[in-house]
Amino acid sequence: MYSRIMVPVDLAHKDSLSKAVDTASALAALWGAELVLVGVAANTPGSIAHTPEEFRAKLKAYADEQGAAHGINAQGKAVISHDPATDLDPSLLKTADEMGADLIVMATHLPNLSDYIWPSNGGTVAGRAKASVMLVRP
Amino acid sequence: MSDTSQDQGIPAPEGAAHLIDTEYEIGQDNIDGEVGPFGFDIHNPVFLISGLSIVAFVFYTLALPEQSGALFTWLFGAVTKGFDWFFLGAANIFVLFCLMLIVTPLGSVRLGGDEATPDYSYIGWFAMLFAAGMGIGLMFYGVSEPMSHFSSSIGGIAQENGVRTDWAPLGGAAGDEQAAARLGMAATIFHWGLHPWAIYAVVALALALFSYNKGLPLTIRSAFYPILGERVWGWPGHVIDTLAVFATLFGLATSLGFGATQAASGLTYLYGSDVAEEGTRAFLGMPFSNTVESGTENSSTLLVLLISAITAIALVSVVRGLDGGVKVLSEINMGLAFLLLAFVLIVGPTLAIITGFFDYLWAYVVNLPALSNPATQTIAGEGGRGDVNFIQGWTSFYWAWWISWSPFVGMFIARVSRGRTVREFVVCVLLIPSLVCVLWMSVFGGAAIQQVVMDGYTAAQDAALPLQLFEMLAALPLAQITSLVGIVLVIVFFVTSSDSGSLVIDTITAGGKVDAPVPQRVFWCIFEGAVAIVLLMSASGLKSLQSMVISTGLPFTIVLLLMCWAIYRGLRSERKA
Repeated sequence: MYSRIMVPVDLAHKDSLSKAVDTASALAALWGAELVLVGVAANTPGSIAHTPEEFRAKLKAYADEQGAAHGINAQGKAVISHDPATDLDPSLLKTADEMGADLIVMATHLPNLSDYIWPSNGGTVAGRAKASVMLVRP
Repeated sequence: MSDTSQDQGIPAPEGAAHLIDTEYEIGQDNIDGEVGPFGFDIHNPVFLISGLSIVAFVFYTLALPEQSGALFTWLFGAVTKGFDWFFLGAANIFVLFCLMLIVTPLGSVRLGGDEATPDYSYIGWFAMLFAAGMGIGLMFYGVSEPMSHFSSSIGGIAQENGVRTDWAPLGGAAGDEQAAARLGMAATIFHWGLHPWAIYAVVALALALFSYNKGLPLTIRSAFYPILGERVWGWPGHVIDTLAVFATLFGLATSLGFGATQAASGLTYLYGSDVAEEGTRAFLGMPFSNTVESGTENSSTLLVLLISAITAIALVSVVRGLDGGVKVLSEINMGLAFLLLAFVLIVGPTLAIITGFFDYLWAYVVNLPALSNPATQTIAGEGGRGDVNFIQGWTSFYWAWWISWSPFVGMFIARVSRGRTVREFVVCVLLIPSLVCVLWMSVFGGAAIQQVVMDGYTAAQDAALPLQLFEMLAALPLAQITSLVGIVLVIVFFVTSSDSGSLVIDTITAGGKVDAPVPQRVFWCIFEGAVAIVLLMSASGLKSLQSMVISTGLPFTIVLLLMCWAIYRGLRSERKA
């Protein structure tokens, strides 16, 4: 049913990601789909990595780990953005289109008041993506 | 990217090889959490110290206006008069250092590693660095500074007890209009040409090198790693970063004040009668009125409204981010500025301006050694230059001003310059903007001077400082339209400074993280506007702000000198690696 499942990941919050990644992995195993973990980072040194290359390497390691744990084909895809705090949603949507993802599984927080001012990333992606989107609450 | 080079057996140059090995993890000192529904991620203690000190400063100037006014007037004089030689000498070092980087092999180092590719096209890159770097000053001083130097030069030298009391640069040019025009333009170009851009280039290069090539966080303190080692993550680093936040915020707030004044004067001039705010009320269709202090003074309500409007546009821009907001505005800004420039060039005395451009550029080159001579003793003929008022009132003030702006502009330039080689970087940050400034000043200042010399039209010369641009435009056709474009440009120039400034302060106070939650940059943007508004309300507010900016320039000059050494060390290690 699905051939390529995309999961946006924030390596700084691996713990809160696990439910979404596990869900996506189970779906990928069920349909024999490829799992692509997409991370967005700035080109400046950050808390996760000092260079875009280091970020790519860390993302790949995380993807390999998930692939081995669930027995699926998992890849990491790093997206380098000039201003990740504001460009996250457009970057994710563009990446989903470019790689031809047919399902996006994304961790999101419980809806709260601030969503009226700053919509959640999951909400925005679900509202605009061409692919099917599954939002995973904590 | 690096795969192909690995296939050929060459180790990938982009990567961990050049990184400085430090235990420090970016963001390790940060506190994150939520206030109500808004997330935050701030550096402890830089965020709190800088925020609280700024609030304390504002309270001090408001609560004790006379005492603070006296203190800041003294401070302003002490810094610009007592340390003029230091500012002049240091700025010369920065220019020579940058020129050295162009011609030596160190210039071939690429920011971001050998295989990095530029993030932005030349046009987008240039628009952003120019809009952040000079911005409003070009609108404010483009006509008035050449005019001032022209007038003072033509007045010649006046002395009292062996000390010069005139404001002419160097020896002046008493009675000779052509020579005075040349000297006046040379002095203006001196203040807007190589020196300020060398100051920016040093800071920008230090930041870009230590974060893109060495993997340190994008804050000012990182440039001091070669000198201070691990101590930069402790208090010495906190002090450096806090100073940078001060300089940036006070600089922006002062500019907001000046910009609001000029925009208000322009609106009054265009749409009002002699009553200041009437013009704006007519323009905006505002129903309310407020008491007018004096005939042509701008009312405070008008200034507050303008600053609020500028801040509101800047807010939209920072929330849209670097590519969606700041870059787009900078490009609009450059487009409009170019149109106005082309208009004045074509409609004004075209031939005189074009010959003037080369003439003034040559005058700049010829007078550069004398103008930049740091031997500033007051008595001419005893090894000093003699033009004491010019040095202290103009040059020293400008140098301190550019230096205190440098953390902000430098950091912003660094943010958008990844992938350029050092040589390309220095040429584009030093030489091209300098040439554009020469062109701008030749067109606007040259047109105004021609009006005086050829037509005897002295309205621009006689007008108040914020109005001189509009008076110059008034003598050209379509003045209503061009003046409006001028006002819009003033406002857009401000917005581009305000939004990029908020991004910079946010990054510094988040310990170098560029992905801190968006509400944080919104906070700084509003805070800047609030500081400007509150200080405009008090009589000595703008003067106090300006003194603070100039005063932070002094410690920062030392910071910049150390940065040159750090850059040299850093580039040397890149070449070896």
